[in-house]
Formats: sequence, structure tokens, C-alpha cells
Amino acid sequence: MSNLEVKFKDIKFKNPVIMASGTFGFGREYNEIYDIEKLGGISTKGLTINKKEGNDGIRIWETSSGIMNSVGLENPGIKGFIENDMKFLNDLDLVTIVNIGGATLQDYIDAVKLISKENVDIIELNISCPNVKAGGMAFGIEKESARKIVRIIRKTTSLPLVVKLSPNARNIVEIAKVCEEEGADGVSLVNTFKAMAIDINKRKNIFNNTYAGLSGPAIKPIALRMVHEVSKAVNIPIMAMGGITNYKDALEFIMAGATCIHVGTANFINPKIGLEIIKGIDEYMERENIKSLDEIRGII
Amino acid sequence: MAKIISNKYLGQDIHVMKIEGNFKGEMGQFYMVRSWDNYPVLSRPLSIHDIDDEGISFLYRVVGDGTKNFSKLEVNDEIKLEGPYGNGFPKVEGKVLLVGGGMGVAPLYLTAKRVSKLEDVEKLDVFMGFREKEMLKGEYEKYADNVHINVGGIITDDVDVDKYDYIFTCGPEIMMEKLVKMAKGKDTKVYVSIEKRMACGIGACLVCTCKTKDGNKKTCKDGPVFLGEDVFYE
Repeated sequence: MSNLEVKFKDIKFKNPVIMASGTFGFGREYNEIYDIEKLGGISTKGLTINKKEGNDGIRIWETSSGIMNSVGLENPGIKGFIENDMKFLNDLDLVTIVNIGGATLQDYIDAVKLISKENVDIIELNISCPNVKAGGMAFGIEKESARKIVRIIRKTTSLPLVVKLSPNARNIVEIAKVCEEEGADGVSLVNTFKAMAIDINKRKNIFNNTYAGLSGPAIKPIALRMVHEVSKAVNIPIMAMGGITNYKDALEFIMAGATCIHVGTANFINPKIGLEIIKGIDEYMERENIKSLDEIRGII
Repeated sequence: MAKIISNKYLGQDIHVMKIEGNFKGEMGQFYMVRSWDNYPVLSRPLSIHDIDDEGISFLYRVVGDGTKNFSKLEVNDEIKLEGPYGNGFPKVEGKVLLVGGGMGVAPLYLTAKRVSKLEDVEKLDVFMGFREKEMLKGEYEKYADNVHINVGGIITDDVDVDKYDYIFTCGPEIMMEKLVKMAKGKDTKVYVSIEKRMACGIGACLVCTCKTKDGNKKTCKDGPVFLGEDVFYE
């Protein structure tokens, strides 16, 4: 067994494989299928200050090598999460990342204040959900709005703060730089790409919201390019995601500069994909005689 | 990985495949099934049609790339199954009717088989509606007291809800909703099996949400079987 441990600033992960927000719930369901403590960490389903019912109509649609989702941040609200799921996660030996979304700046502040009283390892500030106004993507498109929210949230919490970036940003590198300037501990990228589908027989949009978020292997090469660009522009660590489906994809993102990686859509291909990716990285390191992932991080 | 024992076309776009192995499952539960690697991305949720000593069977209709792949599978080809998932139909007593519309008949075979073996079930009828022709009648007759088939019409027109304590139904929502309305204010309890697009199949991703009187439910985990009167139909 190789040493897969990575450090994201001061936070230790036993391996770099994290389950991405929105694909893994709060971990309970997958924990019935395998021991999720084998993972490096999990990022929770996106939480908002108040409970949300999510979007009406079709919520998932397949496309070549990917899926579009329009869940619309259905979640139990921060309080519901704290009451029902916080303890479950705290009892597990893995890094808990709580993903926070919101419609207004005040929503974010209130949510972050509440969650900051809990035993949470990292806050992932979601300013990139394309599916609802309340997803905060508006904050993640323009540099100055991103600056404003990160500055305020930085003052609101002393917990490690990672900002989840949107590939729909006008310039994702500029947004990442702003996050660094405003004191974020890291960035995670990319969230889903704003996309759409049309039913030609009904002559109607598939999603009630018209647009949805595209994820999966289809977006991987673009996500990889964005992670590479961002890693060259900032000194804070990066969590990378976008269509990672196997250990090779994971290593590509690490070579492009990521400290750890999130696996999302691939959980639907194989619910135990996280374990397979960890195993694949382990075997690769052994084969290539790599002692630490630091040796290959950002080498491209 | 499991192996295909048989894969047959039954007509009206409906196929049945049987997979070798010792599979678990209750009536009304489903498996997430795929016979490919990464593309299509999602597995297909298929309700259990039958389980016997040899293996498990699924009834499916070719509607997209996934089910098209299933239709091309030959004996000894490999297929992946995750499950069984979902709650399934409840164990009941008295007089029971199963109503299936089109592909909705899929879970009702195992259901008929299991219900017929429940001690306190006095009577089991199966009503099925098909668009073009009668099918599967002999199969269901093995377990039901009476199998009625409606071709090209509206199956709910043939149902007298007063004759039954429980109705289990699967098929188009409009059909299931009709049965729920017909049983409203009566003693007959209607359980519906809801079909939604799914991704994870285990209750984590929230793409298959079913709106009910008790709020949002996960079709894959809290369902797919719900008490009919609790569901808000689309």
C-alpha cells in the first residue's frame, strides 16, 4: 500500500478521493454499500439556510458521455442536516466538507454562521449551482460579486473555506485569483456546465427550468484545462472535479495541479467507484515508485 | 457480473431477459442494471419480473440506448446488477387485485407469485391492459384466480374496486391515478408503483423525487411503491 495521504493546507486526507456534492447525499446510502471511511472525504449535498423542495419536472437527462441534472438544491436545510446527519458524519473517520448555497448574501451568511458552530472540517461555498437562482451562480460569474461574497464569508467563519467555482464564469482564473486575495483556503472546480435539451416531438424544453447542469465524462477535458489554468494562477490548493471516472482521470487532474479530486457522476456508473479509484492510484504509485503524490502534482 | 440465460422478444416492444444467479428480491423491488461500461452513463432501473431457482428475470421495452443494448444481449453475455432496491409491495390479506398497464405488468408477475402464497389472501385477480394484443395470460394464470386482459381499451373501466381489499398497480400514472380516485372513500387500499428517471438508485442523488402528502419522497428508496392516495400525480 502506497502512502496516498495528501494535505490540503493543514487538513490531512488519508487519500485524495472525495465524493462530490450532490451525488453522495450525506453518505448514509453509500455507507450501506461499502465502508465509506476508506474515502478521503465527502462533500455533502448542497445545503441552504432553509429547507428546499427542489425543481419540478424532469430532473435528469442523459447525453452522450454525460448527464444533465436539474435537482434544484433539494435539501433539508442546515438545521435539518445538523439534527439528522451531522453526528453520522462526525462519527466517521473522513474529512467532512459541508457544501453551502444560497439565494442572497444574507442566506449565505446565516447558513455559514450556523454551520460554523459544528464540527465541520471544511466549508465549500457553492457560488456555482446553475439550476436555481438560489444556487448562487450569479455570485460566481463576475469577479466583483465573487469578491464581495468571499470577503464577507471569510469574516463570518474561521473554518477552512473552499470556494466552488463555476465553469460558466466569465473568467474562471480571475475568480480563483479573487478567492485567493480574499482569504479563501482553497478552490474547488468545476461545478456543472449550464446546458439544455429539447424534446423535438413535444417541441418543448426537457427541463422546466430550461437549463440544467451538465456533468460526467463529457466535461472532463474542459474541466482539466480549467484546473490547469487556475493552478498556474493561484497558490492556494485546488480540489478538482469534472467527469472523473477512473484513477487515470484522477491522476491527470493531480498532474494538472489538483491537491485532491472529487468524484460525482461516476458514482452512478458504479457505486463503489471511489474505492476503485483509490486502488488504481495506489497501484500506479507502486508501479511508478512514487512515494507521495506531491512528486507528480502540478508537473504539467 | 452475471450471465444471460435467455433474452426473448415477446411482441409489442416488450422483451424478457433472464440472468443466472441466486438473486434476492421482494415483489415490487428493482435492480439497477447495465450491460455496458461507461456509456450510457446511467444504469437502468428494472423492476423484478420473476425470481426462481435459475435466476432473475426482467421485462423491458426498448426506448433508448440502454434498453437497446439489453435487446442485443445473447446467451452467456455479461450483465451487471445492483440491488435489490426500493421498498416493494406490502404483504396483505383478503381480496387482492393487481392492475398493470403496458410495461407496468413487469413487477406484477413476481407480485402475483408471492401474493398467491400469502396465507390470508382469499382471492387474487390480475387485470392487464395492452395496446395491440393479449400476452402473458397463461403465465399469470399460474398464480391468479382470474386473469382479465383488455386490448386497446381502458383497463380501469373493467375494474370494480368494491370487490377488493387491496389493489396493487403499475403502469401509466393516469391509469394509477384513476384507480386511486375510484377507490376514494372506500375501504379498498390502492398501492401504486411509481416510475421515475433514476441515477443512483439508492436515495442519494434526489433526481427521482415523488411529491406526496408527506412532502418529497425518494422514489428509489422510499418507493417505488406508495399508498396511492398519498401521491401527487403529474
